[in-house]
Amino acid sequence: MAGLGWDFIWKGFLQTMEMVIISTVFAYLIGLPLGVILSVTKKGNLCENRLVYNILAVIVNISRSIPFLIFLVVLIPFTRLIVGTSIGTEATIVPLTMGAIPIVARMVEASLEEVGHGIVEAALAMGADKWQVITQFILPEAVPSLIQGAAINFVTILGYSAMAGFIGGGGLGNIAYQHGYIRYKTDVLFITVAILVVIVWVGQELGLKIAKKSRH
Amino acid sequence: MADKADIIYKLDHVTKVYEGTPRVVALDDISITINRGDIYGIIGMSGAGKSTLVRTLNRLEEVTDGTVFFEGKNLKELRGAELRKARQSAGMIFQGFNLLNQKTVEKNIEVALKIAGVPKGKRAEIIGRMLKIVGLEEKRNAYPSQLSGGQKQRVAIARALATDPKVILCDEATSALDPGITSEILELLKKINKELNVTIIMITHEMSVVEAICDRVAVIDGGKLAEEGAVRDIFVNPKSDAARRLVYPEHTGLGLFDGQGRKCVRLVFNGVEAKEPIIAKLASSKGIEVSILSANTKSVGGIGFGQMIIALPEDEEKGHIATEYFKELGVFGEEVEAWQD
Ligand SMILES: Nc1ncnc2c1ncn2[C@@H]1O[C@H](COP(=O)(O)OP(=O)(O)OP(=O)(O)O)[C@@H](O)[C@H]1O
Ligand SMILES: [Mg+2]
Repeated sequence: MAGLGWDFIWKGFLQTMEMVIISTVFAYLIGLPLGVILSVTKKGNLCENRLVYNILAVIVNISRSIPFLIFLVVLIPFTRLIVGTSIGTEATIVPLTMGAIPIVARMVEASLEEVGHGIVEAALAMGADKWQVITQFILPEAVPSLIQGAAINFVTILGYSAMAGFIGGGGLGNIAYQHGYIRYKTDVLFITVAILVVIVWVGQELGLKIAKKSRH
Repeated sequence: MADKADIIYKLDHVTKVYEGTPRVVALDDISITINRGDIYGIIGMSGAGKSTLVRTLNRLEEVTDGTVFFEGKNLKELRGAELRKARQSAGMIFQGFNLLNQKTVEKNIEVALKIAGVPKGKRAEIIGRMLKIVGLEEKRNAYPSQLSGGQKQRVAIARALATDPKVILCDEATSALDPGITSEILELLKKINKELNVTIIMITHEMSVVEAICDRVAVIDGGKLAEEGAVRDIFVNPKSDAARRLVYPEHTGLGLFDGQGRKCVRLVFNGVEAKEPIIAKLASSKGIEVSILSANTKSVGGIGFGQMIIALPEDEEKGHIATEYFKELGVFGEEVEAWQD
């Protein structure tokens, strides 16, 4: 394959998976609580709080509406500060995570909204405090929807990681761009794209299957 | 032992206003007392304020004015943990069941125990006992989606009962169920009331539910208390328009008959009397025939309830004899006049 071995592609695959998985985890570590706060502080909900909701909603909306490629560039100084460099796999995790947080937050918020108000009512009537309402009632009830959302977010982050490859991030996206596109190695381009498609497909199907299985 | 010990709820001039456009006065100066051990009905048309009222009983709804006393305690004064403790003494069941769909029957009940601070080791036994009471032992590991509406409501009852509450608040608990299942659920609630001495407060828009199991009833109309009293009294002799609308059979169209100049009376009877051929006996023993304008009997919770609107003979003497006859049997309700919806 035009001077590039399978182990090279394999390394790219591993890098992509590393970036995407770690970024997804980090994005959820911050995005999940953020989504919960967004949902519960919304008008008419458990901890209604206009100020908190509006501030968070504005931040999330603005950061979500910035195209990811712009986000990548804007975040370069920030990434340097944290990782020490702005190129490579580790460096890509920072913008990926930052870009995914608002998306995750909105997705989580939407999932929690699906849980009927009646559940909250029943929980409060049982004498649950707000923390218990969230952790024992709302979140467990939203699990299937949260899993489904996670599968979708995983695919979105994978797409972003490929984009990040164009400006120095590692992984399959970088290989496709550097070797496939710039150096006209069509076979490399095809193989990397095919692998990306397979990851998307497997990730999507697996997520939906788990979500379906967990839904009663 | 003063009376006070027997009162579980006392509502003192309770008012609830929803500010906004339009401003809604959902509860308007409601004062009622609910005795421990009673099955107390709160009935009214849609939008009357029933749900709002029942939600003030566990302070899911804050009152704008007035006071709700639960076991002598002013609910408004309870803070944080105290309020949650009080809520644990008042189980609640809903029209829409509000079960956790992602959890099994067992886990649904367990979560209530967990919140009430019941140690893990004791929960399984309580769950088993609750499921036995509601007759769902074999569904312990089922998910709500695998249950019928009636079964779901049984789980909700088990869940409400698990923490050993003093009272169960039911907001239209049978409205989503068909008549047969409604009877079963009402029977179950009655059994719980009798055997476990749990006070039950039933919100409903159906008089049949009140007739079936309630001891006393409050009729709510447009946020106001229209009438309050023993169910039998209100059923036999409703004084308020709101109560009449609920008690009278639907669409009797009394106005039509009044045009003929005949006197109409409403007969009210319980299950035993309903089975007796009262009208036929009147004809055979006294030779008086009356015409039935409307009859409405229904069986709720295994007990037949019914009422009839009959037109008395035009002859005043005969009419009087018939009236006396009905009074003697204890079925005479009242004379009814032109009355329309
Ligand atoms: N959160 C709210 N904000 C504003 N108005 C409300 C709110 N909740 C209830 N209301 C109004 O208060 C009135 C009483 O409502 P409530 O739900 O208590 O009626 P209800 O008797 O339970 O009716 P239904 O039989 O339809 O359940 C209605 O006019 C309703 O629109
Ligand atoms: Mg209601």
